[in-house]
This record gives sequence, C-alpha cells and structure tokens, in this order.
Amino acid sequence: MSVVTQAERAAASRAFSSEVGTGSREENASKQESRAGGSGDAAPAREWRPPSYWPFVIPALVVVLAVIIFPWGFTIWMSLQEWKVGSPTVFVGLANYLRLPTDPRFVEAVGHTLSYTALSVVLPLVFGTLAAVVFHQKFAARGFLRGIFIMPMMATPVAIALVWTMMFHPQLGVLNYLLSLIGLPPQLWVFNPTTVIPSLVLVETWQWTPLVMLIVLGGLAAIPTEPYESAQIDGANFWQVFRFITLPLIMPFLFIAGMIRMIDAVKSFDIIFAITQGGPGSASETINVYLYSVAFVYYDLGYGSAIAVVFFLLIVALAALLLYLRKRLLWTSALGGEA
Amino acid sequence: MNLRQILGRIGLWLSVFVIVSPAILFFLWMASLSLKFEIDNASYPPVFIPEHFAWKNYADVFASNRFLTYFSNSLIVTGCATGLAMLVGVPAGYGIARMAAHKSAIVILIARITPGLSYLIPLFLLFQWLGLLGTLVPQIIIHLVVTVPIVIWIMIGYFETTPLELEEAALIDGATRWQVFRHVALPIAKPGLAVAFILAVIFSWNNFVFGIVLAGRETRTLPVAVYNMISFDQLSWGPLAAAALIVTAPVLLLTVMAQRQIVAGLTAGAVKGG
Repeated sequence: MSVVTQAERAAASRAFSSEVGTGSREENASKQESRAGGSGDAAPAREWRPPSYWPFVIPALVVVLAVIIFPWGFTIWMSLQEWKVGSPTVFVGLANYLRLPTDPRFVEAVGHTLSYTALSVVLPLVFGTLAAVVFHQKFAARGFLRGIFIMPMMATPVAIALVWTMMFHPQLGVLNYLLSLIGLPPQLWVFNPTTVIPSLVLVETWQWTPLVMLIVLGGLAAIPTEPYESAQIDGANFWQVFRFITLPLIMPFLFIAGMIRMIDAVKSFDIIFAITQGGPGSASETINVYLYSVAFVYYDLGYGSAIAVVFFLLIVALAALLLYLRKRLLWTSALGGEA
Repeated sequence: MNLRQILGRIGLWLSVFVIVSPAILFFLWMASLSLKFEIDNASYPPVFIPEHFAWKNYADVFASNRFLTYFSNSLIVTGCATGLAMLVGVPAGYGIARMAAHKSAIVILIARITPGLSYLIPLFLLFQWLGLLGTLVPQIIIHLVVTVPIVIWIMIGYFETTPLELEEAALIDGATRWQVFRHVALPIAKPGLAVAFILAVIFSWNNFVFGIVLAGRETRTLPVAVYNMISFDQLSWGPLAAAALIVTAPVLLLTVMAQRQIVAGLTAGAVKGG
C-alpha cells in the first residue's frame, strides 16, 4: 500500500511539473543528482546515455507523426481552403477565420463552452476536495469504497449519458420524483434552454469529481504531520485547520486538478452530444459539438478545420490564463506576509 | 472511546455515505432500469425493485444479431489499438526516460489538449482517400491517438523510477541495449505495464467520438451502437439500460478489480483521450 501511495505522490508531482511547465528542469536536475549520488559517480552514467536509445523511440515517433503531427499540419493547411466534400478546393487564405466572429452560432457556442467549463471546473473542485478530506481519514473498506467512488469517471460515457437521459425525463424521470420528495417543483432539466447547461454540468460533476478527489488525495498524503500537531496544541478547530493548514498545502494539487478539469471540460463531447446533441435548439451547443456539425453534418471541412485550430488556441489561452492567475495568487500570498 | 470520538466516527461514516451514494445509487438505478418490464419503467412514482425481474431485456440485447458483431468490433478495435500502443509505446517510454528527453513530453501534452474531433477531419479524408472507410482499420489507427500517449506517458514515469544500477551492470557485462531493456528493465517495470495497459483499454473501449464519424453500419463499436439505439428506441428503457450496462460492465469490473493501478495511472497525469 505504501508503495502505491508513494508512486501516486511521485506521479502527482510529475503531472504537476509537466502540466505547469515550470520547475520541471529543477526537478529533473535534482533527480539526476540523486541518481548520481546513488551510484557514486555522475560521469559514467552520462557517457552511456544519448543517442543510442533512438531505436526504442523511432516506432512510436512514426506513429505520433502519422496520427498526431500530420493531422495537425493538415488541419492548419485545410483551414486556409474552401473545402467542402464533393466540390473542388479553393485557397481562400484567412477567410475561414474571418468568418468565425460573424458566425452567430460559433459566438454562441463559445459562450456556452465558457459557462459550461467554468461550472464544470469549480463544482468538481469543491466536491472533490471535500471528498478527498474524507477519504484521507482511515475507515473500514476504504479501498473498496474508493473503487466505487471512481466508477463514474471510468464508466463508458455514452452508457452513462443514456441513463441520465432517462433520469432527466420530465414525466417519468427519477430526478423529478426525488425533487417531489423534498417538496420542490418538477423541472424540465435538459429540455429547457435555461436549465440545460446546469443539468449537463450536473452529469459532468458527478462524473469527474472523483478525478479531483484522487489528485487532492495524493496531495494530502504528501502533507507532513507537524503543522497538524502544533495546530492541535494551539487548539485550532477543524475549520481553522482546513483553512490555514490543509488548503494552502494542497493548493498546487488543486491547481493541477483545475487545469486538467478545464482541459477536459472545454473538450467535453460525449455527454453533451449523447444527451442533447446541442439542443434544445442550440442552447447547449458547445464549440466541440458545433465543430462536429460543421465538419461531419455539413461537411464544410475547411471551416471546420479553422474552428478546430481556434478551439485549440482557446484551450491553450485558458491554460495560460490559469497559469497567470496562479502566479498572481502566489504573489499576493507572498505579499500577505506569511514569510 | 469517549463520546467525542464516537461522534467523530458517526460523522465520518455519514460523510462517507453522502460522498459515495451518488455513484452507488446511480449504478443501482441503472441496474433497476435494466431489470424492469416496460410497465414498471413507465410507472410513476418510480418502482425501484420490481416484483418480476425482466431478465429478458438482457436476453433481447444478446439475441439481436448485430450486438455480437458490435461486441467483437469493440474487442478488435480496443485489442489492436492497445496492443499496438504497448508495442511502440513501451520502448518509447524507455528511450525517452533514458535519454532524459523531457521536451518530447510536449508532444504528448499537445495530444492531451487537442480535441479528438480535430484529428478526425484530416484522418477522415485520409482514410477515405485510401479506401479504408468500410473496415475497422481506420478506427484502430485513430484509437492510437488515445492509447499511444497514455502508454508512453505512464512508461516514462515508471522507467524514470526504476534503478539504473542493474542496467549499468548488465551493459558492462556486455549485454546489448535491447537485451538490457528486454531482460532487466522490462521485468522491473511490470506494474507500470499493467497500469498503462489497463488505462489504454478503458479509454479505448469508452471512446465514442471516433466511432460516430468513422463507423459504418457493420463497423460500429459498442458505444456507437448504444448511441444509435437511443435514437431508434426512445421508449423501451429496459433493453436500452440493459445494453448500456453490458457495454460498461467490463470497464466497471476492471475499475473495481484493478483499482490500485487505475488510481496510480490517473494521478500520473490523468491522460484521457478524445
């Protein structure tokens, strides 16, 4: 068990350094140092490293070139063409990109994507942190219950979406029945343009809270016990301990979780497509769902490629924004004078 | 145990109950839906445990001749995509870890960020041009987008933590790099292989977006087949829920059985495709 938690911890910190992109170099350097320390001498370890490991990498490189790099290059090239299935292609330069801001469906889709994403990041972060604090305690059958708890995120999304669709049913769905038990009026859930996005976020939150829990749990395992002991001596209550010790120490892990959650929520497709197909009307049409329609319903591949490129840049921009916010946060907390 | 500790225990169990119940209740409800006749599924207030179990819902799903085709399609696509990914991804993870080529992880990061649909547009054209669209080959190839980054990413992590001393000793004794990889590094990395394999299988099995574009009538995988059942069979919830449960049951079993590996792999970067 301890082996696993150790691996989890190492893994979490690795995920952190690579997602965030900062500090990975120091980490690697220190790793090499510790390795060299273990074998006693750094020089020979270095001698037999590059470049003879290339044969191990080449097959994967070919695959990555074929299914990841090539499609990317091709997409960018296609986005500069008027390219509809069945008609000749014409080079149109940036026309597809210029069309985007004037396309009301795309602009709306950006709005839907952003609100869907904001909710689907914040809610799982809150619930996942609470769940992690609970799972950090010791209790019987913890491993088994953790297995149950992570089932929603491993289950086949389409299968889950199907059952949620039945649960959302306004007349026969179990959710309205549950609401009636606590005296609330029945809802239209995904059949009402104003409640469709919150309803889908409910599914997304149910599905992905476990991932946040796992990441934060890894963070909790890495916290030293001394601060808690001194807090206990000082007579801090549960909330104070959480607010002033636990929360600051798991902040880096919350940040990773938020970043991963953001990337997944922006790209969310299966749940939305299987439950509403972007409807009612286009009330839940996110960029990804709209991209599907443009490319594979209207077969407007040039325009679809432009959407794909802009979509990717949007995700990168959101990730950069999160990184920036984190830096700001670090600064303010440093200025706050905790020394 | 004093009163305070007892209260604390009760509070802990209550919170555990609250946290786990959404997952448990959902899957129990799914099972309930799949085991009810239409009368029970259409009744209000809902029936939770029916008087008569409709095992025939499951029999119906298996009896529909296409279901077995779709099941074997899923097996073939997931099997091939995972097998190929292990074949190329494990050595690559080893090479990258030993060369300390950490910059190459950027490609994996890009793959992680890119929406699955973006790969589909160019690859769809390519497969069309190659005349492969009626077969399972396009889906196997495109599932590599999901499985290869998972395997490489997890194997880099494992090979970075395995000790170098043994490998150095083997090299000094005159083993080739391939022999070192095959007989020294690989056996030590077995837990990592399990993690990579399990996660690749799950995410490939669950994938929906690639199939919905690339699959024809004969080449659907299970998630796509279930999705198509929704549109045609809106009202027969029993067989639909049974089909949904059958599709996801292998993954749920794997989750409970291989929980440790899954948790270790997911916290290692939570690589999810699509």
